[in-house]
Amino acid sequence: MATSSAKPTPLLKDELDIVIPTIRNLDFLEMWRPFFEKYHLIIVQDGDPSKTIRVPDGFDYELYNRNDINRILGPKASCISFKDSACRCFGYLVSKKKYIFTIDDDCFVAKDPSGKDINALEQHIKNLLTPSTPHFFNTLYDPYREGADFVRGYPFSLRGGAPTAVSHGLWLNIPDYDAPTQLVKPLERNTRYVDAVMTVPKGTLFPMCGMNLAFDRELIGPAMYFGLMGDGQPIGRYDDMWAGWCMKVICDHLGLGVKTGLPYIWHSKASNPFVNLKKEYNGIFWQEKAIPFFQSVVLPKDCTTVQKCYLALADQVKTKLGEVDPYFIKLADAMVTWIEAWDEVNSPGGKPAAKTPNGTS
Amino acid sequence: MRTPPSLLSLTIDSAVINLSNITDLSPLPDHILIDLFLRTLRAGKLTERVLKLFIATGKDEVHSLIQALNIQVIVTPVLPTKIKDDEIDIVIGAVSSDMTAFMNEWRPIFSRFHLIIVKDPDLKEELKIPEGFNLDVYKKSDIDRMVGSSTSILFSGYSCRYFGYLVSRKKYIVSVDDDCLPARDNKGFLVDAVAQHITNLRTPATPFFFNTLYDPFSEGADFVRGYPFSLRSGVKCALSCGLWLNLADHDAPTQALKTRQRNSRYVDAVITVPARALAPISGINIAFDREVVGPALVPALRLAGEGKFRWETMEDIWSGMCVKVVCDHLGLGVKSGLPYVWRTDRGDAIASLKKEWEGVKLMEEVVPFFQSVRLPRTATTAEDCVIEVAKAVKEQLGSTDPVFARAAGAMLDWVKLWKSVGSSSSPPGV
Repeated sequence: MATSSAKPTPLLKDELDIVIPTIRNLDFLEMWRPFFEKYHLIIVQDGDPSKTIRVPDGFDYELYNRNDINRILGPKASCISFKDSACRCFGYLVSKKKYIFTIDDDCFVAKDPSGKDINALEQHIKNLLTPSTPHFFNTLYDPYREGADFVRGYPFSLRGGAPTAVSHGLWLNIPDYDAPTQLVKPLERNTRYVDAVMTVPKGTLFPMCGMNLAFDRELIGPAMYFGLMGDGQPIGRYDDMWAGWCMKVICDHLGLGVKTGLPYIWHSKASNPFVNLKKEYNGIFWQEKAIPFFQSVVLPKDCTTVQKCYLALADQVKTKLGEVDPYFIKLADAMVTWIEAWDEVNSPGGKPAAKTPNGTS
Repeated sequence: MRTPPSLLSLTIDSAVINLSNITDLSPLPDHILIDLFLRTLRAGKLTERVLKLFIATGKDEVHSLIQALNIQVIVTPVLPTKIKDDEIDIVIGAVSSDMTAFMNEWRPIFSRFHLIIVKDPDLKEELKIPEGFNLDVYKKSDIDRMVGSSTSILFSGYSCRYFGYLVSRKKYIVSVDDDCLPARDNKGFLVDAVAQHITNLRTPATPFFFNTLYDPFSEGADFVRGYPFSLRSGVKCALSCGLWLNLADHDAPTQALKTRQRNSRYVDAVITVPARALAPISGINIAFDREVVGPALVPALRLAGEGKFRWETMEDIWSGMCVKVVCDHLGLGVKSGLPYVWRTDRGDAIASLKKEWEGVKLMEEVVPFFQSVRLPRTATTAEDCVIEVAKAVKEQLGSTDPVFARAAGAMLDWVKLWKSVGSSSSPPGV
């Protein structure tokens, strides 16, 4: 039976890092200050490393630009994208915390239907600290939420649920549409506040958006590689999609859960649909091949860790998707490099990656 | 950035919500009166009393509108929908005899449609049904006459509704338990459950890939970035499962533990239950495409201690799993979410728990079975599929508990019944 807790949500301020990729500025942090100030930030600066990105006063953070990434990873830095927000996964790599929350710099605090500011981070923490229900769908959505429970017919043996690895939040205002949809519906805004969190069932894939995302780094971290995108690559704006498909396949294999729904953030910036179309163009065609691949991929039983699963997946990407385009061969190699980098940086005697914190609260 | 509504507009909206407190509309200027009238219509709040208020103003424009829209004092609010009323049957299983409150509360929504009311054969008292509906009532005598002793299926208790599904000749069926009333949405408007169910059934379902913005075919939503284009046309939706405010469909142990818990969360979403994902599909508030999946809703699993409260049944959960498996096999969709109905407090969870807890135990066997059942490619209709599932039930579960062997038999009987009674071209008489 699900227990509803009236206890306050733990802050987890020493167990959670907030990873923010940016190429412009971090002004948006001012609005998030009441919610983020207690946490440690990892800023991944994309683009020109000689530019200085100013972090608002009072935040405790470490900032990495391209030079830092190259210095820390050496030749393995090739797996980290340039000129694409995919570079954020470098932040996941160097973090020392159990949980990660990542958010885009054009995402602001949204209001719920009663007009109250939404503490997105608190909701993500609630989602991650309560089980998921991937093996059987609950029609009343997340049974662990206050005021909800399992419905009649839900087997008791499944009510313990599975550990939650990922919490996928949504967006009010500018919805996360692809370029063709943006072109056809430039004025559409998401105004529907759906007061639900639900588990994406086992065996079901979904488009994971990286704008408002949290995950348990210890459970699934190595699978959150955001691929090769941006400068010098034939594709962009598919980084989070790629990570989401890989992640879901591995979560399904390892019996972990993925939640989607609350919290909402307010997405303020609609990027240029023509620029997006150029970036996504190949992705739109390649996803038709990639999806059936991910829907049918089977990981060997002896893959009992995320890294092992990921390497097995990379191998299959190379052989099966390599035929679609040589890009996938490069990508598969980068996936392997990523795991090598992850293990190197995160092994007990590994290279110290973290710089001394740039700012102190 | 949308222009915010004017103060006048907000006032009129407020008036619509507070119509019950208004006793005189004559001081209103004509244009505001007309606006109020139209918004009242759209909100489904034109009751007889409210209509009389408008008529009492004596304004010509109001009269012209009433005539043009052909509104008659026997209330039929004109809602702008695309439903073809003659394609729908509303089937109600009457487990309680006094249907007066139920029918009157649903009147603004039901009165356009043909209703099939099936009286629980175990019910001794006469049914009390108010006037003003287009309906057929089936009682024990009708059931015996049409189906007789030729079948092992007992159409008693909640299972009486299946008889209604059998004899209907319409394309769509909407079926609601007789202890459910229309709900109100977050804005306070009455939820037209029929319209929402039909919308669900008439728009495609998307079972092969999960859309994070939920139903992409609802207004103001679409497919998100990363959703493959080849999957965006979706598949036909065969079943729509609604939800419940107030008394949610929890099982007896849960409700007994949380005696005061009531569901007050209105989740404004419709989602497709993904392919191969199973869910407990409650029978309290459903609609389905009878032409496509009628035979797959089976009155088969009858608990030893089955009673007249939902806590004492599992027939709908079994039926729902069967439908989902059939839909997955045939490439059809199942949606869950809106519409909500308001489920009135009835019964005592602890009493039900003491009487019947077999169902809860049986689910431990039922779920793994349905998760693993595979249908052969040769099964291309709902009937074929049901026969295959019945075979599998007999083989795999028959020896576990006699209730399953009986269920398998009932499923085969049901298919036979469907072929003989359910698909004849002449409409069955009362």
